[in-house]
Amino acid sequence: MAKPDFNVPRLAEYLEPPQLAPDAMAGSKPFKASRQHQAALGFPGELVENWEEVAIAKLGELLGKYRSLRVYLDGCVKCGACTDKCHYFLGTGDPKNMPVARQDLLRSVYRRYFTPAGKLFPKLVGARDLDNSVLDEWYSYFHQCSQCRRCSLFCPFGIDTAEISAAAREILDAIGVGQKYCNEILGKVHAIGNNLGLPGAALQDTLAGLEEDVKADTGVDVRFPLNVEGAEVLLIPPSADFFAEPHVDGLIGYAKVLHQAGITWTLSSYASEAANFAMFIGNYEQMRKVALRIRKAALDLKVKRIVIGECGHAWRVAYSFLNTLAGPFDFLDRNYPVPQHIVEITHDLITRGAIRLDREANDHIKVTFHDSCNVARASRMGDRPGGQFVLPREVINASCNHFHDMDPDTIGERTFCCGGGGGLLTDDLLELRVKGALPRMQALRQVQQEHGVTHIAAICAICKSQFTKVLPFYGFPMDAVVSVHQLVSNAIQLGAKA
Amino acid sequence: MQTVPLLTVICALMLYAGAAVFLLGLGHKIVWYARTPAPLKIPTMPAPTNGIGVALRMAREAALFESLFKSNKWAWLFSALFHLGLLLEVLRHLRYFVQPLWGWVVLIQPAGLYGGFAMVVGLLGLLARRLLVARVYYVTQPSDYLMILLLLGIAASGLSVTYLDHADIVSFKEFILGVLYFDWQPLPANPLLVIHLVLASVLMAVFPFSKLLHAPAVFFSPTRNQVDNARERRHLAPWAARLEAGLNK
Repeated sequence: MAKPDFNVPRLAEYLEPPQLAPDAMAGSKPFKASRQHQAALGFPGELVENWEEVAIAKLGELLGKYRSLRVYLDGCVKCGACTDKCHYFLGTGDPKNMPVARQDLLRSVYRRYFTPAGKLFPKLVGARDLDNSVLDEWYSYFHQCSQCRRCSLFCPFGIDTAEISAAAREILDAIGVGQKYCNEILGKVHAIGNNLGLPGAALQDTLAGLEEDVKADTGVDVRFPLNVEGAEVLLIPPSADFFAEPHVDGLIGYAKVLHQAGITWTLSSYASEAANFAMFIGNYEQMRKVALRIRKAALDLKVKRIVIGECGHAWRVAYSFLNTLAGPFDFLDRNYPVPQHIVEITHDLITRGAIRLDREANDHIKVTFHDSCNVARASRMGDRPGGQFVLPREVINASCNHFHDMDPDTIGERTFCCGGGGGLLTDDLLELRVKGALPRMQALRQVQQEHGVTHIAAICAICKSQFTKVLPFYGFPMDAVVSVHQLVSNAIQLGAKA
Repeated sequence: MQTVPLLTVICALMLYAGAAVFLLGLGHKIVWYARTPAPLKIPTMPAPTNGIGVALRMAREAALFESLFKSNKWAWLFSALFHLGLLLEVLRHLRYFVQPLWGWVVLIQPAGLYGGFAMVVGLLGLLARRLLVARVYYVTQPSDYLMILLLLGIAASGLSVTYLDHADIVSFKEFILGVLYFDWQPLPANPLLVIHLVLASVLMAVFPFSKLLHAPAVFFSPTRNQVDNARERRHLAPWAARLEAGLNK
C-alpha cells in the first residue's frame, strides 16, 4: 500500500464528534464525466451556457415531482439532531459534511428562488444566489454523501439527505457537470449489461472456471448456469461477484445453496448486474431503464422467481423500487415475493432443514457482521420489519461458531456506511473513503480487542470492495472482509441429503 | 352608537390579517405538499407493514418526538418542554374563544399556568444549545435566533399579564369574542397585552413562510408516512405512469 498523501484518522477508544474543521474537504472532487459518458445518458457534454437558468428550472421540475424534496427543503428547523450522525463528518470534521449543512447547500438556493422569505430577506434566512462558488460546493459536497440515510433515522421529521443529494446530482447532470464514475458505469450497463463491462463470452468462461474450481475443491459438480431458459430462479448478482475477492466466494456460496436445495437457476448475460447506479444520480428514467433489463431477462428466460445477490443498494432498488419501475410481475410465481434476496432463500432452506451446515468449517475465524446501510435503512428481508437484521445473522450463526456483534450504536438501523457507498467507490475519492470509514473501523477495532474478531462479514459488493481497500489504512489485513455466503459456502454439506 | 377605540381597531385588524395569512398560507402549503407525488417507496426502515402501524409511528413522532429522542437527549428535553408548554397554553387560551366554557378547558387552567414557564425554559435551553454547541451554532441562521426571540417574547409577555401586570381578562375575553363574531368590543389598555397580541399575530403571519412549516411537514414526510409494502403493492406516481405509457414527462 502506497503511503497516502493525507492523514489517516487515529482510532480512539470512543467515537467522539470531531472539532469543526471548516473546508477541510473542500478540495475533494471526483473526476468529471467526459462528453462521451454524458452523451450516452442523454446529458449535456459540458457546462451549458445558461446553466444557472437550467439548474433553477430543473430544481423547479424536481420540486413538482418529488414530495420528499419539497417537504424536506421546507421542514428543517436546524435542531442539530443530525449534525453528529454522518460518517463523513465524523471522519473529516468538515462542517459541510453535517447532513443539515449539506442540505443547506441546496436549501439556500431553493429559498432564494422559490420562497418569499428568501427573495425578500436572503441574509436573514440564509438564502443565496446560484453562482460558480455554489456550483463548486455542490459538486464537491454532494459527492461526499453516500446516501446511507443514517441522518434520516435521527431526524425528527425524517428528512433524508439522500433525497437532497440525489436531486442535486440530477441537477448537476442536467447542466452538464456529471460524475465520471457513476455515468461511465451506467453507460457500460446499457452497452454491455453490467457495471464492469464484462461481455457474455467472458462471463461464460469465468463461470466455467468456477465450476472447475468447485469440482476441484469439493468433488461435486456444482453448475453455474448462464442463459438457461425455463429455470426456476433468475439470479442477479452484482457483477463484482464474478471475479473479485471476496465477492466470488459469495457467488460460489449461492451456487452451492441452490445446487444442494435442488432449485434450478440461471444467470443472465443480458442482465448480469444487480447494481443500479442510476439511483445514485437520482435519475428516475435511467433507473427505470436499468431496472427494465431485469424484467426483460426474466421474461426471455421464462423463469418463475427473481433472486438478488449480496449487494446493498441493488437490494434497495430491487426491494423498494423494482415493482414500481418495472412491475407488475404477475408473470412470475406469486407464491414468492418479487424479488427475493439470496439470504431469504438460504435462511428458509436452513430453517426447513433443507440444507445442512457444518459450523466447524469456519472455526478458524471469528466473525462480526456489517449491516449495509441500504439493506438496513432502505429495505427489508423476510416478512417482518427488522428481518434485514435478523436473517443475515441467523444465516451467519448457522454457518460459524464464533460470531460477535459490534457496538449496538453502530449496527442494525444505526449502522454506519462503509464509506464507499452512493457512487463514491472510486479512487479519485480515496481520502474521503478512508476518512468516512472511521466509525466502522473504530467499532471493528473494539470487537477485535474485546472478542478477538478476525473477520467482518458483509452483504454488499460496495462494502466488500471498500473494506478491502481501506482496512489496511487502519492496520487491518485487507482480506479480513468475507461474504456472508462465503461462510455458508465453507460450511455447507454437499452431496447426498442426510 | 359607542365608538370603538383606535387601539382596538388596529389590534382587531392585525389579528384578522395574521389569521388570514396563517390559514391561507398554511392551507396553500398543505395542498401543495399533498398534491406533489412521492414516486418511490422510501420509508426509513424498519418501517410498519400496514396503515395502523404507520399511524402509530406518526403519532409517536408527532407526540413524543421519537426520532429526536433517539438522536439527542438534551435537544429532545428542551424541545419537548417547549412544545408541551405551548400545547398547554394554546388549550388554556381556549377560554378566551369559547362561550360557554367547556368543562375540560376549566379543568386544565391550573396546569396551563405552568405551560408558559415550560415554554421559557425549553426555549432558553434551545437557545443555549444553538450558542454553545459548535455544530449547531454553525448551521444557525439569523432567522433561527429571531424565531426563538419571537416565541420568548410571546411567552414572557403572556406570563407578565398573568403575574406582573394583571390584564382585565373579562374585558379581554369580550374583545376576543367581539373579534370572532365581528362585534368589536374595547381591548383593555394594557401595553403588555398589546405586545402579546402583536407578537402572536406576527407568529401567525410568518408561520407559512418559515421553518414553522415543520409542523405540517412531519405528516407529509415519505420516510415516516409510507407503509413498507413495496413488494406486495405496486406504487406508481401519476407522472411515472405517464412516462411508462410513453406520454409526456
